[in-house]
Amino acid sequence: MTGEQIIFLIVGTVTLISAFLVVTVRNLVHAALWLVATLFGVAIIYTLLNAGFLAVVQVVVYIGAIAILFIFAVMLTRRQAADTGTAVNKNWWAGALMAVFTFAGLTFLLLGWSGFSKQAAAIPSGFDAVNQLGGALTSPYGYVLPFEVASVLLLAALVGAVYLAFNKK
Amino acid sequence: MNFWNDPLKVAADWLTGIFTSWGMNAVLANVLVAFLGVLILISILMVLDVFLVWIERKVVARFQDRLGPNRVGPFGLIQPFADIIKLLIKEDITPDGADKVVYNIAPLLSMMSVLILWAVVPLAPVILGVDLNIGVLFIIAAGSIGTLSIIMAGWSSNNKFSVIGAFRQVAVMVSFEIPMLAVLLIPTIFSGSMGMNTIIQSQNIWYVFLSPLAALIFLIAAIAELGRAPFDLAEGESELVSGYNIEYSGMKFGMFYAGELLHAFTFGGFWAIMFFGGYRFFGLEKVSPFLAIAIILFKALVGYWVIMWIKYTMMRIRIDQMLAFNWKFLTPVAFVLVMVTALMNTLLRGADNWLYITGMILSNIIIAWVSLEIVRLVSKKERERVEGVKVAEAHR
Repeated sequence: MTGEQIIFLIVGTVTLISAFLVVTVRNLVHAALWLVATLFGVAIIYTLLNAGFLAVVQVVVYIGAIAILFIFAVMLTRRQAADTGTAVNKNWWAGALMAVFTFAGLTFLLLGWSGFSKQAAAIPSGFDAVNQLGGALTSPYGYVLPFEVASVLLLAALVGAVYLAFNKK
Repeated sequence: MNFWNDPLKVAADWLTGIFTSWGMNAVLANVLVAFLGVLILISILMVLDVFLVWIERKVVARFQDRLGPNRVGPFGLIQPFADIIKLLIKEDITPDGADKVVYNIAPLLSMMSVLILWAVVPLAPVILGVDLNIGVLFIIAAGSIGTLSIIMAGWSSNNKFSVIGAFRQVAVMVSFEIPMLAVLLIPTIFSGSMGMNTIIQSQNIWYVFLSPLAALIFLIAAIAELGRAPFDLAEGESELVSGYNIEYSGMKFGMFYAGELLHAFTFGGFWAIMFFGGYRFFGLEKVSPFLAIAIILFKALVGYWVIMWIKYTMMRIRIDQMLAFNWKFLTPVAFVLVMVTALMNTLLRGADNWLYITGMILSNIIIAWVSLEIVRLVSKKERERVEGVKVAEAHR
């Protein structure tokens, strides 16, 4: 087993456990903190995949935004934001079944893919992933259209939020 | 390749050689050497931090026409050690109803978010933790971990003052992250890279001469990110007693305090790296890596001194003034600056050096002048609205 695999197994386990705790802990703020741990684990997995840019953006966008979520959790609830009711309803088995089927389906699809069992090719030295990503996002032969559509969508959301919050005099 | 030209690599090779001669696995030896390197860097930083306390107290004393610590040791140099002993033997209090785990993790995270920044700081061309090609974004990411630590401290203390302090700090950090990120793109545009080492290497002219406005905005955003005066409303002694760290005592408080000082020093260093040539100084850095370290530390101390100068000269501003200043002035200016710089950079790429510099400086001056003129007009209107037209006429 290589060092990378050991790190992946540790990080994956921690990420899964904290993801499970996000939905099971009673305290709302603790749930937000476990969500931070989960997203941080995902960022480390990006780093293991040589996607440093995505990892850092993950930390900036998600952990920075979770801070805001955290603040709302504190502001909108009382000090002990613990819920005393049951956490599951009577349809829990259907949800679990769907999750198992989705996982099985994805595994089945991936097993049929030829690249699944192959080793990834080594990245040549001097390969600038950020440069390549930037080029792909702005090149007309790359992904400039989806990139711009996503930007316009976010801008529309921003304008909508400002409109809703704007106090008409 | 000898020790004086590349000390880090020579030392690492020597240590790896020793470890492997003991029969250790080569991979394990490399990991161990890297770990030792991190340990040594952090130890040096923590020792430096002890003296930063002394520097801070001496400088603030001079600004306030006092002498500062001068009793223990020569020039009061042993004072910080006395302070540390005092902090260590203080009673460690956990308030009633505090969330114990979160309460204890918060100071650690606060310190960590500062120390992690040094992973990307190039101390010399060959002495650096890691030359990330996303070094600029890394600063912002570490900052968001710092934000998290402050909210955790504020919320877990079970104290209304500390929660209000944490709210304010988040408002400041989330807002000022945006102009800072925008302004950090300007060295990126000039150098064509987000890596710290490349940014320094390409500064044949210090970027402060190409874009003085960007350097100024970065300094303002950095001070806000640090939560120092005039943006220290998270602590706001007069309203919040001490803000988010109010319930912390002993060394846990010490962690926040030392973290803040080291953070200020670190941002002085980043200011130097981004706009003042980092370890470069008229080719002196090529003589020896040790000289390069001395140069960058000196520049970082100058940046730190500027941050202290502002802290002990300015008054604290209110939260609404702070938010209005950021969202209505700093962010638009930073965005316009980035767009104009990118455009000018494309237009003048092939031009002469002097034309490039003149064009950049002129565009900076014009942006600064136009934005100040707009602010002047808006504030004049506001004054007229508040005081009535007649008073405004009299003012003129």
